[in-house]
Amino acid sequence: MTRPPHAADRPGLNLFVCIKQVPDSAQIRVHPVTNTIMRQGVPTIVNPYDLFALEEALRLRDEYGGSVTVLSMGPPMAEEALRRALGIGADHAVLITDRRFAGADTLATSYALASALTTLGREQPIDMVLTGKQTIDGDTAQVGPGIARRLGLEQLTYVAAIDRVDPLRREIVVRRRSEGGVQVLASRLPCLVSVVEGLNEVRRGAVADVLRAARAEVVTWSATEAGVEDPMRCGLRGSPTVVRRVFAPSPRQERAQMVAVTGKRPSQLADAVLDLVLTQQPKLEAALADGPVRRNRP
Amino acid sequence: MTTSPPPGAASRRTKELPERYRNHRGVWVFVELERGRVHPVSFELMGEGRRLADELGSELAAVLLGAPGEAIERATMAALTYGADRVHRCADPVLADYRNQPYTHALSELVERHRPEILLLGATPLGRDLAGAVATTLQTGLTADCTALAVDDDKSLAATRPTFGGSLLCTIYTQGVRPQMATVRPRVMAMPEPIEGRSGAVVEHDLGLGEDAVVTKVLDFVADVATDDVNLAYADVVVAGGMGLQSAENFRLVRDLAAALGGDYGCSRPVTQKGWLPAERQIGQTGRTIRPRLYIAAGISGAIQHRVGVEGADLIVAINLDANAPIFDFAHIGVVADALTVLPALTHAVERRLGRHALAS
Amino acid sequence: MVEHFDAIVVGAGPAGTAAALVMARAGLDVLQIERGETPGSKNVQGAILYADALERLVPDFREEAPLERHVVEQRVWLLDERSHTGAHYRSADFDEDRPNRYTILRAPFDRWFAAEARAAGAVLLTETTVTELVKDAAGKVVGVRTDREGENLFADVVILAEGVNGLVGQRAGLRKELDPRHVALAVKETVFLTDEVVQERFNLKGEHDGVVIEAMGDVSAGMVGTGFLYTNRESISIGVGCLISDFQATGTAPYALLDRFKSHPSVAPLLKGGEVKEYVAHLIPEGGYHAIPELVGEGWLVVGDAGQFVNPAHREGSNLAMTTGALAAETVIALHRQGTPCTKAALGSYLRALEQSFVMKDMKKYRGLAAMLHGNKHFLTTYPAALSRAMQTFLRVDGVDKRTKQRLMVQDFKAARGGWWHLMTDAVKLARAWR
Ligand SMILES: Cc1cc2nc3c(=O)[nH]c(=O)nc-3n(C[C@H](O)[C@H](O)[C@H](O)COP(=O)(O)OP(=O)(O)OC[C@H]3O[C@@H](n4cnc5c(N)ncnc54)[C@H](O)[C@@H]3O)c2cc1C
Ligand SMILES: Cc1cc2nc3c(=O)[nH]c(=O)nc-3n(C[C@H](O)[C@H](O)[C@H](O)COP(=O)(O)OP(=O)(O)OC[C@H]3O[C@@H](n4cnc5c(N)ncnc54)[C@H](O)[C@@H]3O)c2cc1C
Ligand SMILES: Nc1ncnc2c1ncn2[C@@H]1O[C@H](COP(=O)(O)O)[C@@H](O)[C@H]1O
Repeated sequence: MTRPPHAADRPGLNLFVCIKQVPDSAQIRVHPVTNTIMRQGVPTIVNPYDLFALEEALRLRDEYGGSVTVLSMGPPMAEEALRRALGIGADHAVLITDRRFAGADTLATSYALASALTTLGREQPIDMVLTGKQTIDGDTAQVGPGIARRLGLEQLTYVAAIDRVDPLRREIVVRRRSEGGVQVLASRLPCLVSVVEGLNEVRRGAVADVLRAARAEVVTWSATEAGVEDPMRCGLRGSPTVVRRVFAPSPRQERAQMVAVTGKRPSQLADAVLDLVLTQQPKLEAALADGPVRRNRP
Repeated sequence: MTTSPPPGAASRRTKELPERYRNHRGVWVFVELERGRVHPVSFELMGEGRRLADELGSELAAVLLGAPGEAIERATMAALTYGADRVHRCADPVLADYRNQPYTHALSELVERHRPEILLLGATPLGRDLAGAVATTLQTGLTADCTALAVDDDKSLAATRPTFGGSLLCTIYTQGVRPQMATVRPRVMAMPEPIEGRSGAVVEHDLGLGEDAVVTKVLDFVADVATDDVNLAYADVVVAGGMGLQSAENFRLVRDLAAALGGDYGCSRPVTQKGWLPAERQIGQTGRTIRPRLYIAAGISGAIQHRVGVEGADLIVAINLDANAPIFDFAHIGVVADALTVLPALTHAVERRLGRHALAS
Repeated sequence: MVEHFDAIVVGAGPAGTAAALVMARAGLDVLQIERGETPGSKNVQGAILYADALERLVPDFREEAPLERHVVEQRVWLLDERSHTGAHYRSADFDEDRPNRYTILRAPFDRWFAAEARAAGAVLLTETTVTELVKDAAGKVVGVRTDREGENLFADVVILAEGVNGLVGQRAGLRKELDPRHVALAVKETVFLTDEVVQERFNLKGEHDGVVIEAMGDVSAGMVGTGFLYTNRESISIGVGCLISDFQATGTAPYALLDRFKSHPSVAPLLKGGEVKEYVAHLIPEGGYHAIPELVGEGWLVVGDAGQFVNPAHREGSNLAMTTGALAAETVIALHRQGTPCTKAALGSYLRALEQSFVMKDMKKYRGLAAMLHGNKHFLTTYPAALSRAMQTFLRVDGVDKRTKQRLMVQDFKAARGGWWHLMTDAVKLARAWR
């Protein structure tokens, strides 16, 4: 990707993207007896939603100039995720990793990430922080709002498109997915944008990008280096929510009542099924006869 | 005298609630009012909140934010009929459309002033946006996408949610702070019966924030095109197909049966991944949760992530070629047969029985 | 900007990573290119890792490498449809400090191994496919082109460690297309079971001990091939592989063959209740010595599976890959130090090093095996069945006297193969091929 030549004489945007390395959940298995997670051989990937956030940041950088910094909190291995982001085209990568971060819930995670962003922001004042709409392991969609709140950024979640950014006038217009439609919002920089899937197509870095990424130093910070002021607010200790029990969903006792199939023509089989349905749900027949039934709709 | 704490002190300290949180009382449900309409998930939560409040022997309150007018009046009444003892409401033009800043401001202030011990919100784009910001403002815990809520022996909230891609459930507690916050996805909890004429206290609050102070402005709202309105979550009859249907074209059979039954249709995740149906049609943990009276699953194996989205259905009929498919572990009626022949036969049977024809789609 | 390296390695399997590691340690500027998202993400192996080759490269690998179980028992089974005749060898000696063979999963293993090369200074590009070799006017290989946008990448030498179906080398005309008679197609599944179940079913005392089973006979349904079943920590790897030419000739579907193996009465109980996690297919070069292509040229070298370095009789491959990778690396290092260009003649010292190592000696030893089995399927069909009948005759106590039993067994063998003469020649052929 070549940058626009005029990028230097524009104000440019300081863009920060939070990415998380997550286990590829499609491949997780649960130990049938102990209910523990069998992580053996489960590959890790960059949280898929975060790649859309990264691409959106790169797109803005290419249009307006500036730089993209990817930030992650995680174990040392999460460096791979950052390197992948560099290979796609990010300019800088920072990993915050510390034993004290372990076991963090969303409150503690957003505290640690916000601390690091504050530290980074001293060098390069933050224009935008981008996150995925949610992670596929935590699945909470809370870390983004947590960061916005702590840093006092305008919070724009579930963004399906960034229509316009004006770095000089510090304005931004986005389309936000909401119930039953899309809100078109005009807001101000600095802001936090969490993006939904599919708002762009994630690019492939060029040879030069991947080479630079392969050679780049991923900056690694401890809690102290990240500028965390109160380590008690990190990790397990800083997490008000605690998981007390992990268990498998209980199997239902009886199995389905099986409809005898052999020797029946399809129409006979269908009648048998329908009879069973209507004996078990007698009210359904009347309701169906009245036309589309809508229950419980206030 | 300063001595090192005895072993185990740390864990005891976290379990014990600090003084300042001890007199948090009551269960609150945030009632989501958007463009004149209350999101049904709010009423589902009222049913759940009522139960929790009764168990705790405390009050259930609804929180309503919105512009002054008829809509908020109607919503207030509805909140009472669905079980609220009290409605805290803030009616201000600034709150006409949802925006994070004024809503976070209003809800956080109300919570700080009235100190509920539990605060529930719907896991909708609005609810999740608001909950994350409020929890951070209040520095408290928030459990997302709960599938079950209960009051524990020590009167704390036990919030259960899926974890690790849905293969497991976990129960989460909020320790050392209040309120205990949780979000719940639409259709996970049952809709309670409204009690007409039920009344309660309505407490008005000032927003204390002018439009000038609000940074983000709503320029427009573009409603989704209504023609393909997906009403899965609230349909009474849902017919769904899985990979067993083998091709995008065969979903016509699913649509036809759904139409004959006056219901809606959906699918399993791989079907949307293949692009056979749009993402809004996906049912399950990462799609819609449904609670129909009748659910017909054709060519769906019944993986746990699918199961959690349909378990609330009153009656589940499964059609699958494989007698050992896990779907028969939770379906009520099972048919081991080829869905491609059973579906059209069922459509005919329904049309014959009900004496009407499917509105061809 | 033109990027120039001392060496470019195509592929991050065991061969490529061994080469990159050795060269990087010697201070060379090495670029390694892998098409998978991570090294190993697309690689398939049974898999048994033989410690020796790796130990020479990473002496303390046992402390860090993701290993599954070390093998304390080796079983060889001859199957007919309903039974198996087996030889089991288990020894407490295998429970040693530095076990000789392990089971591994390639994805985590390759990733770890590549990280070692990177730690030594090699630059690794992933998700990048080498599409062709770049040659200068004189035809010498001077670099590679990739599927990413941007410049070509240049180097003094290119090491092709692209595995069995090396398209880069083929496209550049360095070697011929694979001959279906020289390549086996293997299909493999990973079946999840808990560690306790694995230990119980295979009579293992801890989570580190493992058993491997190699199966012949009915498992290949008359084709030239074998089956295998290896214990991992919380799973079992099970697979079958047969020559592609045989699959073509018989029209057998590989997965059907695997299903058959899985439902064999001797195998099914070992897998019962397991959840199949992945299903993969991969090629194995089995042409042996005679199928080895040109290994060096102007500016290029071939290592590992790309050079057909697999010993099917002993199911060795990854160790040959690592060894050939390391030998190629040493050749390049020596030339680099002398400042000698990597011409075909100069790279010839790699060939001499190969000749002296166990690699070429083993390849030569088994040079007749593939052709022999191909020409005589009785080893895979007739004999296992006859052996099974013999065992039954021998084991059933049914009032028939032992001398008669013996006679029946011998007659049966003879009849199965149509007379003594055939039996004798088969024995001689087998002995020759094994010699
Ligand atoms: C993090 C995560 C989230 C997920 N979220 C969801 C989710 O929200 N919703 C969801 O559905 N899945 C979800 N999944 C995927 C889930 O695990 C399953 O893979 C998926 O539900 C399987 O879809 P299926 O039953 O259509 O396909 P398959 O598992 O392939 O089953 C097809 C079934 O059709 C039967 N069949 C074949 N031919 C016929 C025929 N002619 N007639 C009748 N039966 C036939 C087969 O016997 C088989 O049982 C998720 C997975 C993960 C890891
Ligand atoms: C089913 C099976 C069981 C086996 N069991 C055993 C066993 O038990 N023990 C044993 O020692 N051996 C075993 N082998 C053999 C062993 O797997 C191979 O010999 C060994 O992997 C060869 O290593 P390699 O590095 O040469 O090739 P590979 O491991 O195939 O690595 C080649 C690499 O190059 C990459 N690549 C290819 N083309 C390009 C390109 N154009 N650009 C960039 N990258 C490219 C590939 O993605 C791959 O990562 C088995 C093989 C199979 C299939
Ligand atoms: N450990 C982390 N490091 C960096 N970013 C994170 C981390 N956890 C969450 N995020 C970001 O926050 C978003 C929402 O995450 P979650 O609240 O876990 O669903 C993700 O899409 C990421 O962009």
